[in-house]
Amino acid sequence: MKKSVFLGALTAAGLAAGAAAAGTLDDVKARGKLNCGVTTGVVGFGAPDANGEWQGFDVGVCRAVAAAVLGDASAVEFVPTTGKTRFTALASGEIDMLARNTTWTFSRDVDLKFTFVGVNYYDGQGFMVPKELGVSSATELDGATVCIQTGTTTELNLADYFRSNNISYEPVPIETNAEAQQQYLAGACDVYTTDASGLAATRSAFEDPTAHVLLPEIISKEPLGPLVRHGDNEWGDVVRWTLNALIAAEEVGINSANIGDLSAAPGNNPEINRILGTEGNLGEMLGLSADWAKNAIMAGGNYGELFEKNIGENTPVGLARGLNAQWTNGGLLYSPPFR
Amino acid sequence: MTTLTDPPKESFRLSMLIYDTRYRSTTFQVLALIAFLILIGWLISNTAQNLAELGKEPSFRFLGEPAGYDINQRLIDYDSQSPHLRAAFVGLLNTLLVAVMGCALATVLGVTIGVLRLSKNWVVAKIMTVYVEMFRNVPVLLWIVLVMAIMIETLPSPSAFRGADPEATLKVFDTVALTNRGVYVPEPLFSRSLGDLHLFGNSALNFNISLDLALLVAVLVAGLFVSGRIKHRADRIQEATGERPTTWYLRLGVVVIPVVIVLIALGFHLGYPELKGFNFAGGTHMRNSLIALWLALSLYTAAFIAEIVRAGIMAISHGQTEAAAALGLRPKRIMNLVVLPQALRVIIPPLISQYLNLTKNSSLAIAVGYMDITGTLMGITLNQTGRELETVMLGMLIYLIISLSISLVMNWYNERVKMVER
Amino acid sequence: MSDLSYVRTEMLPEQAPPATAVGIIGWMRENLFSGWFNSILTIAAVLFIYMVLSIVVPWMVSPTWEATSLANCREILAELGREGHFSGACWGVIRERWIQLLFGFYPPELYWRPILAFVLLFVALAPVLFAEYVPRKLIWFSALFPFLMPWMLWGGTVWNPIAVVAGFAIAYFVYKAVDTAVGSIAAMIAAVVAAIVWWLVLLGPVVAGLSSIIPLGFEVVESRQFGGFMLSITIGIVAIVVSLPLGVVLALGRQSDLMIVKAICVGFIEFIRGVPLITLLFVASTLLNIFLPPGTNFDIILRVIIMATLFSAAYMAEVVRGGLAALPKGQYEGADSLGLNYWQAQRLIIMPQALKISIPGIVSSFIGLFKDTTLVSIIGLLDPLGLSQGIRADANWNGIVWELYGFIALFFFVFCFGMSRYSMYLERKLQTGHR
Repeated sequence: MKKSVFLGALTAAGLAAGAAAAGTLDDVKARGKLNCGVTTGVVGFGAPDANGEWQGFDVGVCRAVAAAVLGDASAVEFVPTTGKTRFTALASGEIDMLARNTTWTFSRDVDLKFTFVGVNYYDGQGFMVPKELGVSSATELDGATVCIQTGTTTELNLADYFRSNNISYEPVPIETNAEAQQQYLAGACDVYTTDASGLAATRSAFEDPTAHVLLPEIISKEPLGPLVRHGDNEWGDVVRWTLNALIAAEEVGINSANIGDLSAAPGNNPEINRILGTEGNLGEMLGLSADWAKNAIMAGGNYGELFEKNIGENTPVGLARGLNAQWTNGGLLYSPPFR
Repeated sequence: MTTLTDPPKESFRLSMLIYDTRYRSTTFQVLALIAFLILIGWLISNTAQNLAELGKEPSFRFLGEPAGYDINQRLIDYDSQSPHLRAAFVGLLNTLLVAVMGCALATVLGVTIGVLRLSKNWVVAKIMTVYVEMFRNVPVLLWIVLVMAIMIETLPSPSAFRGADPEATLKVFDTVALTNRGVYVPEPLFSRSLGDLHLFGNSALNFNISLDLALLVAVLVAGLFVSGRIKHRADRIQEATGERPTTWYLRLGVVVIPVVIVLIALGFHLGYPELKGFNFAGGTHMRNSLIALWLALSLYTAAFIAEIVRAGIMAISHGQTEAAAALGLRPKRIMNLVVLPQALRVIIPPLISQYLNLTKNSSLAIAVGYMDITGTLMGITLNQTGRELETVMLGMLIYLIISLSISLVMNWYNERVKMVER
Repeated sequence: MSDLSYVRTEMLPEQAPPATAVGIIGWMRENLFSGWFNSILTIAAVLFIYMVLSIVVPWMVSPTWEATSLANCREILAELGREGHFSGACWGVIRERWIQLLFGFYPPELYWRPILAFVLLFVALAPVLFAEYVPRKLIWFSALFPFLMPWMLWGGTVWNPIAVVAGFAIAYFVYKAVDTAVGSIAAMIAAVVAAIVWWLVLLGPVVAGLSSIIPLGFEVVESRQFGGFMLSITIGIVAIVVSLPLGVVLALGRQSDLMIVKAICVGFIEFIRGVPLITLLFVASTLLNIFLPPGTNFDIILRVIIMATLFSAAYMAEVVRGGLAALPKGQYEGADSLGLNYWQAQRLIIMPQALKISIPGIVSSFIGLFKDTTLVSIIGLLDPLGLSQGIRADANWNGIVWELYGFIALFFFVFCFGMSRYSMYLERKLQTGHR
């Protein structure tokens, strides 16, 4: 008898929650909340603070999308995911989008059936070693013990790199960055390898950051970006163009300080006007309000502001723009035109 | 006058299925079976539908594709080009390794602590109580990470052994290196090795068995067997004549001498660890992930085993000991002949379930990066191939087989030591 | 003739025992230094305690409660001349984050709800735990509490729990009505069908209707906002409460004469007990959505609770089976001789006794499950251990290890130790009751 209660309650709950057949965009609007998958904790990219507020660069993308769709940057449910759970969470519809330093690869795109909507951080896998080891190149690492974060592409890159260079190594797989840092600092591994941004962020938190060097070799391309499920192109467009709006805003000079003025009194730059919805009907085409991009930019600032606030040179993480500068400054950020 | 007639033949009615006790249980069973089959069918059809929607079809072909990742602790040959199936096999062996080591250490520790808790020495008994309560009441996962953290933070790194005046030195006559990457102990080497026996040809599950080791084990087992026969003979003589011949040197000899001869014949010597490049080379490397997992699981399980042992000893009524003493048995023989055999019967069944728990808890290896079957098949392979259904199902099946085998073996043993009641 | 026999007429005063046999010295001789082996053991043990304390105590005594970051801690300690890796603890992280470790991301203004639910839990448990001290009527509250608690934690309209309870009332009335009209077995089936129809079909619209007429309820809290110890406790309690009836059914099935039913129950129990909890959690995090109808979407915490419930149901079944096995056969025969049918016998004679014997087992299986909730950190839930990783990823506290683990371990210890002591007390009480 009690058993049937349990199953009954289950099914009831299932039916109640089971109206996910419509498009993701409609779902999000109906729900009034965006379910955004994030990491369980990477310095600068996503972690909860003391008040339970999520902060970070990837988190900023989630907030921008929520602001664009719902007009409220705080209408986000952050769903912490691990390397293992992230893809199933997205595939099963538990989250609407994943913004969790995830590398865009062929098999993830094609075989796992996800759509990467763009790149919000161009990264590459690097190595960090203590200075006292006297190593200046990754090719000198024969026989070294290497800490790697498991559940990522880094494991495969590492295996490939050492095999092609014919050097031996001892991998130490580690679940989280915090643990990896502890092992590395204690000397339980000679080298720590992960995305270069992660290395810089980790090094910045050390007692003595200058005692550690990043080796010049970058052994892989790691374009990190937000992704959505295959087959829901409308939703994919929303996320893709929200990201593009943040990038384009920096390019054309919209920031959170001047955005009020620019949208109140349309200037004579048509692209700015189109982005801010004072000209044309881009928002309508996306199925959003006219001020969608304005809301997205207001949520945390344009791409550059997000970068500076969370991982830029003035933060403890201290990353330089590098590849992530606008194409006009020699970087790779290149938003398609808003027209 | 009455005539006997057959009672009216009862025709079968549908309601009899419920109201007739002859049919009722069958009805219920059939209903239960139908409900069960519907449930299973429902789950399978859902799965098929969902997978079709995701565009995946269940297939185990990925097991034959190159894994692409490296595993640090491998008991058999493996490299990143080996297939996923072999990676799973490496993981399985690692699981079994830590489970067997854990069960052994936990038993030794648990029995010691359980006996010491009954010690008359107040301080010792209290320390053991604190130990048991401390380990029983804190989650094992926390212990695993804590032991790992302690190992990493307190032991010296290999670089501390470097230089003219190193901070750390090798222990035990310069043969054992305690580092925070693990412990390097001398390894047995054979200069006149017999080579390896290669099993299973070129399949993904092929592995080598060292013939040296096999020979040693065979000689050891044979020696133990002969020693058992000698004891048996001594018992017979004692029963017949009341005099027990002194046999200990004979029994020791048949075990030790052949083993020593074989060792010399194979050219046995030890390989010592030495610092080379970044790490120690030579010697057997027990990685800190293995040690942390092994220690934490053993310490945790030992607390439970200690309680089981204590309860088992206390369950033997004092009258048994006194009666044995009245028969003139010495304390040691009372323990061996009267108390322990009875206590074992109480101890073994819960001990089996502790072994099972330890084996299952070894799946937490993932927390310290020990590459067991959860770390390889249900960890990296799952991540890299995206085959959740197949990997998790396969992993569960493997654990189920391990658990059921342990249960079977232990139940068989339990059956043997069971008291035959009259 | 004088009496030469010498008989002492007055007693000598009693002498005090030698100083070495009484008091502290006597106790020490008896318990610590009886024989050389014992003495060595004692000295070694005392040295061991001293060594441990001499490391731990100076580390713990560290004036860093007000620190705002790890760097700040290091400064404070450096000012005191304490340098190095183990110079002192950095308690600031506990000051800043202890509320988060307790409640996760639960809205601060609603903290009273979990706290109240926790207090009410003890009220509900009182009739079971301290039966002799509380009025018997309280058992009704205990029966309602499983429906009350989810409502207090998750919020939502008050009609939800009421409607779910109403399902039982409906089942009861249907049973009564059909029982008098047709017969007891048909009534049983009708009652179950009626309840299922109510829960599956009618409950949703009825609740929606009622709440639109009388909107009464709490603010809804998503289960994603659960975290820290609250999450552990919630998973533990919900799983144990739901698994108890499931476990009873499984135990009865395992003991039953019906072969197929028995096979299904044994298969389920052995399967669940044969695989590690972590694999079941992998099922919860990656596979459960695939097994359910397309479009079904529970959030991860609900899925974890489902798997934890199934897990503990299997263990609960074994505990209850132990209780059933411990009952003397005379109880079954006595019930039969009174002419009770199977269910009446179970309800009136067997189960009350079997469950009473099983309480210590149930408590210890709860302790086990509560400890096992830490495993959810591996699939990315923010239980205390999962949160500690998040905290360590905060730039301020990056590098903290022992303080967080110590705090979490202490909390678990206090909780589990308390429960295990209670279960021991209960065991003693129950034992005397049976002799």
